[in-house]
Amino acid sequence: MAYQVGDVVAEADEEGYLQDISLWSEELAQAIAKSENVELSPEHWEVINFLRSYYAEYQIAPAVRILLKEMKKSFGPEKGDQKYLYSLFPYGPAKQACKIAGLPKPTGCI
Amino acid sequence: MAEGIKKKLLYVNRKAPYGTIYALEGLEVVLVGAAFEQDVSVAFLDDGVFQLLDGQDTADIGVKNFSRAYKALGDFEVRKVYVERESLAERGLDSADLMQITYEDENDDGAEKPLVRLIDRRELAHIMSEQDVILSF
Repeated sequence: MAYQVGDVVAEADEEGYLQDISLWSEELAQAIAKSENVELSPEHWEVINFLRSYYAEYQIAPAVRILLKEMKKSFGPEKGDQKYLYSLFPYGPAKQACKIAGLPKPTGCI
Repeated sequence: MAEGIKKKLLYVNRKAPYGTIYALEGLEVVLVGAAFEQDVSVAFLDDGVFQLLDGQDTADIGVKNFSRAYKALGDFEVRKVYVERESLAERGLDSADLMQITYEDENDDGAEKPLVRLIDRRELAHIMSEQDVILSF
């Protein structure tokens, strides 16, 4: 499969993860989200931006515990919550949010 | 995993980071395994000490530089990381050549503390003898 934004065609694997993560852009994130039936709100972007900055620093996706802790620290206790993250990304904060954020498929379970 | 089954697990890294897939696979297994709340230790010896070298640059060999992921070990609740002193010395290295890897100590208001401990060969042998499982990469 592939996503298209303007002239850019970004190939993805059969689960929808980008083959070339350097192609990621905010517009591409919108396209990925659309194919996941997720409408991106500012709250989604808080998670996506954190995932991207963590990946830029460590070259891996954060552990869910770290995601929860950082969300709590930056945006308040009600957002550092597993249920809240699932309400944003029903197919899992790691798997689905990483896909939209243009990160490689996480090796963990959620 | 059932409650109460907690094993002492040691991951042993003996190979240079690039050229074979062992180092990257070993790191991924540690990070994935961290979710299972076992008593995890990670050791670097022989050429494995090169995995922790500071300032790695893989641009010219066309593979991903994954070295910064070691800095996330603390985030994944790994608290016992050992480097064998003799292996460093035999390669003309010392602790100043290694990356600074820290963890946040929850018992000390999240203070950043060094994660890597330099130990000698005899102490590492003792640690190995105490494990339930040793996985070698």
